[in-house]
Amino acid sequence: MARTVIVGASVGGVRTAQALRAAEYEGEIVLVGDENVLPYDKPPLSKALLAGTTSVDNVGLLTREAAAQTGIELRLGSAAVGVADGAVRLADGTELPYDDLVIATGARARPSPWGTPPGVHVVRSLDDAHRLGTALRAGGPLVVIGAGFIGAEVAATALGMGLTDVTVVDPVAVPLSRVLNEEVAGVFGDLHAGRGVTTRFGVGVTDVREAGGALEVVLDDGSVLPAATIVVGIGAIPNDEWLAHSGIPTDGGVLCDSHCSSVEAPHVWAVGDVARWWHPVYDRYVRLEHWTNAVEQAVCVAHNITHPEDLRSHAPVEYVWSDQYDWKIQLVGRTGGDLAHVRVDGADPARSFAVLYGDGTGRFIGALTVNWPKALVTCRRALSRPSTPPSTVGDVQGLLNSARQASRPTGAGAR
Amino acid sequence: MAVVKADLEACQGYANCVVGAEDVFDIDDGGIVVLLRTTINDAERSRVEEAARSCPVSALVVEDQ
Ligand SMILES: Cc1cc2nc3c(=O)[nH]c(=O)nc-3n(C[C@H](O)[C@H](O)[C@H](O)COP(=O)(O)OP(=O)(O)OC[C@H]3O[C@@H](n4cnc5c(N)ncnc54)[C@H](O)[C@@H]3O)c2cc1C
Repeated sequence: MARTVIVGASVGGVRTAQALRAAEYEGEIVLVGDENVLPYDKPPLSKALLAGTTSVDNVGLLTREAAAQTGIELRLGSAAVGVADGAVRLADGTELPYDDLVIATGARARPSPWGTPPGVHVVRSLDDAHRLGTALRAGGPLVVIGAGFIGAEVAATALGMGLTDVTVVDPVAVPLSRVLNEEVAGVFGDLHAGRGVTTRFGVGVTDVREAGGALEVVLDDGSVLPAATIVVGIGAIPNDEWLAHSGIPTDGGVLCDSHCSSVEAPHVWAVGDVARWWHPVYDRYVRLEHWTNAVEQAVCVAHNITHPEDLRSHAPVEYVWSDQYDWKIQLVGRTGGDLAHVRVDGADPARSFAVLYGDGTGRFIGALTVNWPKALVTCRRALSRPSTPPSTVGDVQGLLNSARQASRPTGAGAR
Repeated sequence: MAVVKADLEACQGYANCVVGAEDVFDIDDGGIVVLLRTTINDAERSRVEEAARSCPVSALVVEDQ
């Protein structure tokens, strides 16, 4: 019988296994994960799970029963350490021969370059989130290094847990100004400051040191921040080192063609945060660290494994959300500090708005939406319909203005 | 035939379902999923199931009727 081995048992791996069954794959499916826990989802780790308002049971991706029912063999607790001669080798010595191999080993948090004395955390795994949650329940001060989405979410969650002394440090003067233009990015700094987080933007960290049972973060302007807990949220690194000497080329992720198939090794595919594939619309290699991409790429790879005569390209419209305090922030398609943009106010402009991004010709290519569900849906629809002529920024602006008008009488300020 | 069910408490308005099957799912002004219809025929079932599986908070299920 044919056999697909999937390495990495988080959302990318689990969804590939499920999508293979949905595509009526009849062979064996073996799902390998290094962690000795049932597959779970990551977005809640910096949000509800960290806060303690949801439990592990609610963030599971696959139960033992569901795996057994759908014929997915779980091999948990042993890392894959190499690939040779058409087989995956596990740390415990097991060899798993494959007909197709799906690499879904994701990414890990970029480690603290300032050392990791006790009290310094990252957030990537369930263990990380449990440890951090325990530390935060013991009280502050908390210093978050890095004001990206994960850092911002941790700061927001910590405040919600009752911490009062929370500082976010970022060397960029206006964090997020690479993905958003500056005045828009500034709104998020203001959001944190308005909720009581101390923001120290435009200053770098030079050192983290232990100081009499506590910690100190030393900044490059000479100031020193006392901390009980430090969270380092400075990005992620793809888990591809285990593929060295396997004949599967990597370059900051597994290099794949537009079908998400390895550029060299036949019957090897990659999905999720570890995949660096040729985006046929952007005409370059792209690697995304977004939940929805992992799910869509899983469906694409499952289709391609089961339909070798009808290969599909993976050309997603990017989508990432971040939930901070009671704000819902979403990015769709291409956004960037150097793109032309217009801001459209929602019903309550102090908290709901959209920013539409266009290319040089005014074609609508991406958006930020904040606390405005209708705008999110409108923008995603406009970007995901390849058959219809592309929308202009003006078209979408018109749609959003009508949506706001329509929602005014009842919807203003709702939720 | 199959039916779609939505957990309105769990829904966070991420709108992946709308992108997956906009003839079945919409999102209202409050950011909660709206089922445009609940009965799904066999021919469209796998497409709607795929849309349901794309929900980040597993708020959607497709079940036998
Ligand atoms: C705290 C946090 C919050 C997030 N919030 C959001 C959000 O709000 N919205 C959003 O769109 N995205 C969010 N993301 C990103 C999203 O979770 C990822 O894009 C998604 O998890 C990628 O899935 P993946 O399966 O590709 O990789 P991963 O989730 O990284 O999973 C890879 C799995 O492979 C395992 N593994 C690694 N190496 C090996 C090996 N050699 N052998 C066996 N197993 C191995 C790992 O232990 C892990 O379980 C968040 C991520 C984190 C960490």
